[in-house]
Amino acid sequence: MAQETPQLVRDEQRGSRTSATRRLGSALLRRRELSIILVTIAAAVYFSAGSYGSDFNTTSNYHIIMQYFAPWAIIAAGESMLLICGEIDLSAGFTYTFVPFVLMSFYNEGLDVPLSLVLALLVAIGIGVVNGLIRTVFNLSSFITTLGMGFFLEGMTYIQSNAEPVNPPLTGGLADFFGGWRWSELVWAVVIVVIMQVALSYTKYGVYAQAAGGNPLSAAESGIKVNVVKVSSFALTSLFAGLIGIVDQVRVGSFDPTSGGSETMFLAVASAVIGGTALLGGSGTVIGALFGALLLAIIQNGFTLTGVNAYAFDVVIGVAVVAAMLLNVFISTLRRKYLR
Amino acid sequence: MSEEETTEQSGLEVPGPAEDAGPGDYASTGPGSGAEALRVEGISKRFGPVTALRDINLHVRAGEVLGLIGDNGAGKSTLIKIITGFHRPDSGRILVAGEETQLRSVAHARSLGIETVYQDLALVDELPVYLNFFLSKELTLGPFLRHREMRRRASAALDEVGINIPSVSAEVRALSGGQRQAIAVARAVNTAAKVLLLDEPLAAMGAREGGQILRLIERLRERGDLAIILIAHNYSQVVDVCDRVNLLQHGEITFDRPSAETSVAELLELVHAEYRTA
Repeated sequence: MAQETPQLVRDEQRGSRTSATRRLGSALLRRRELSIILVTIAAAVYFSAGSYGSDFNTTSNYHIIMQYFAPWAIIAAGESMLLICGEIDLSAGFTYTFVPFVLMSFYNEGLDVPLSLVLALLVAIGIGVVNGLIRTVFNLSSFITTLGMGFFLEGMTYIQSNAEPVNPPLTGGLADFFGGWRWSELVWAVVIVVIMQVALSYTKYGVYAQAAGGNPLSAAESGIKVNVVKVSSFALTSLFAGLIGIVDQVRVGSFDPTSGGSETMFLAVASAVIGGTALLGGSGTVIGALFGALLLAIIQNGFTLTGVNAYAFDVVIGVAVVAAMLLNVFISTLRRKYLR
Repeated sequence: MSEEETTEQSGLEVPGPAEDAGPGDYASTGPGSGAEALRVEGISKRFGPVTALRDINLHVRAGEVLGLIGDNGAGKSTLIKIITGFHRPDSGRILVAGEETQLRSVAHARSLGIETVYQDLALVDELPVYLNFFLSKELTLGPFLRHREMRRRASAALDEVGINIPSVSAEVRALSGGQRQAIAVARAVNTAAKVLLLDEPLAAMGAREGGQILRLIERLRERGDLAIILIAHNYSQVVDVCDRVNLLQHGEITFDRPSAETSVAELLELVHAEYRTA
């Protein structure tokens, strides 16, 4: 008996460990963003605990990370919704560049700054609506539609700007609110991501986006206006891209026609994919995209601090995107198998 | 092809409805002797030069299961689409619960209690069962979904019709074909449905799963307030579960008889006769 008790205790401890492992495994399957959160924490711990930790763990370095992370996270919030709808926007990076110059055009026409700002954001929404309508009315793939729109916007930006940067007209509190204040971008990123995640998880729009991407025919037969959901998602993505284009370039202090573009768009899409959003539509998470963007920002910053060749960052992104997709497929298989 | 032609060419004596009643007018007795839920009279439909339906008469009562059978191209899909408000007939009239109605759209037909479960089931694999159950009819508090209440109600509704699934929170893709079909049926009857059209509910389903669906249909019949039209190719299952059978051939209903007064062999012979004359 005296020997049985320790055995029982060991069994209970083992049982408790097994139960905890199962709970963690189940949580990882149910909460698709949990795995990317864990990887992001691991990356942050790695760089902060390493020999360059004293450089990594400073407020100014966090600010640098935020500068990378915020634009990718905000555009990725829109791209995630589009990917969930089964669509993609390749023009978002060019909308980021173009919209500040639209603001300048209105301002140069004599309109005051707030009105120019509002009109510029309406133009951003209009770009998304045009993308969405071409996609849904003419049944042209979003890849082609937004690729064309991207080139169009890039050309329009150079025409509008004469390929020269200009100083943003925003001043005072308005400038602080739209990027001037040091942590403004971070606040924008967190607020937009939280709103979009709530919309995805707790509103009809989120359910309809998943239905539109997962099975458009079934969604339509059930009475969902699939095209309206898709056009709305294109409009939101363009709005976010235009907004962060203004915010990010106000922070820098210059509207620059060479900023943004395809690199910003690809990193935003990569953030969404690494965050657990399926390219084929039907499922995904916006919070995951935020952590995908944060992971990429931490890696880029960490490589800079540790003196790793800058080209290695692209290698890491390439591997991370493919690995994330493989992980998505693997987790989906496990989910079908175990979460019944 | 008319009923007379079919009979003559098949060499079988096919007892028709009562002498003074045409197809669709057979008096229902026993199960389905409730109030008439749907009546279709003299419906015709042409698509350009093609006559899809010709003078169709059909009716179904609350608590009755009507089997609608026919070969591919016989006009079943067109007839379903007219009853569900998707197509408008060229002539004839439709009475829902005794009142003549022009079905303007699918939404209008639904508002009158005509629900359809299509072959593709209109389910979204990536969504959990309870969100599929309430798809496009979600319960909300302001702009926010009432997840807990939808889970509770979906669970209760599935229990009520005897559907056993592991959890209403499970993604639909994790379920079997029979469970998916059952959820689609339960979703349709969870509305104020008076007439339920089931389009090939047993297609691509194993014997065990098909049996589960047939038992579900029987339980729905026992409720007594729902008229069911079952479109199927499996004549054996039709004869087993339906109270009455209508055969659609070349856009016409050529056969209307209580299931108890026909057999699988007879139905097969009618269809084979059609092939022989084709």
